[in-house]
Amino acid sequence: MSSSLIDRRALLAAGGAALATGATGLLVPARARASGVAPTPSMRGGSNNYRPGAPIVERIGGGGFWMTGTVRRVGDGAPLAGQRIQVWAHTTEGYERDPESHGATLTDENGVFRLEMPQIVPAFGQAHGHLAYDSGDFQTVFLRPVMASSSDTSLEAHFVLQPA
Amino acid sequence: MRPARAILIWAVAGAAVAVPLALAALSPLLAWRSPVYIAAGFAGIVALGLLLFQPLAIGGFLPGLSPARRRRLHRFVGVALVAALVVHVAGLWITSPPDVVDALLFRSPTPFSAWGVIAMWAVFASAGLAALRRPLRIPPRWWRAGHLSLAVVIVAGVVAHALLIEGTMESVSKIALCGLVVAATVKLLVDRSKRRVTGRRAE
Repeated sequence: MSSSLIDRRALLAAGGAALATGATGLLVPARARASGVAPTPSMRGGSNNYRPGAPIVERIGGGGFWMTGTVRRVGDGAPLAGQRIQVWAHTTEGYERDPESHGATLTDENGVFRLEMPQIVPAFGQAHGHLAYDSGDFQTVFLRPVMASSSDTSLEAHFVLQPA
Repeated sequence: MRPARAILIWAVAGAAVAVPLALAALSPLLAWRSPVYIAAGFAGIVALGLLLFQPLAIGGFLPGLSPARRRRLHRFVGVALVAALVVHVAGLWITSPPDVVDALLFRSPTPFSAWGVIAMWAVFASAGLAALRRPLRIPPRWWRAGHLSLAVVIVAGVVAHALLIEGTMESVSKIALCGLVVAATVKLLVDRSKRRVTGRRAE
């Protein structure tokens, strides 16, 4: 009876150890990958109708649509706070090239940015937005994410920046 | 051909072009576009509609036209197609120059742009070949091979371009029009190859 208890305890211990090993085994490669976070390349057409120096705004126009994303550092993937991201698109309120279609925002302490803007509508065949990191501390990156559906009311894009 | 059937063919061909144009005119996207951008988009739809009439005219699929009239219609529609294409590209250029430059240089992020540009050059080449056919005395065999090959590139390019775009065209009418363009072109090619097999003089 007691020996069967020990056996059971041994079994539990062994099982726990095996689980821990398994979990570590899964975690280590994940961390190894994270330490090699690759920089985000600029997308084709990302810089089209870009306007240098767009002001930081509370929101672009009347809002109703959310552009969100993160900004991280190359290598360790650490979030970057206070980074300026410019956003523009063809929306219900204006063209990509209109100055009032452009606005910028800063990332919070978690490297997250959120900017409200008017609803993006399909233009030049696709419902898409434009984002730029262009502040100079890191290399400039232009993104051009495409909405899965033109009725979406948000769009996200993520930056991994490398030092300039 | 019975008159009822002739009327039906003309009605279907006309509706295949008129219905997509009418539905595009109801698109909500128009509210957020300038007149130049709207004109550019509609010039593209008109060009797609004109493209349907090219195989219909020259293939003799439209009832009531003599061979001479078919050729005249084919030539007239060809000139109109080039004009619509120029308005399409120029209007898009005015609306967003960098997007059009990217497309023309084949570095656009959207695959339909490349198809559109390929079709555009094929239209220009096809029209140029037609214009130079007599002055340069291009032999009939070369002319037919060149013009028909370009026609296939144009139809494939235009249809791929149109289907991949999310624009003002309503989906079902767009697919129907593209399907008819492909069907008319395939029928024309089959008829031509049959003629060659049976040894009759090709038009």
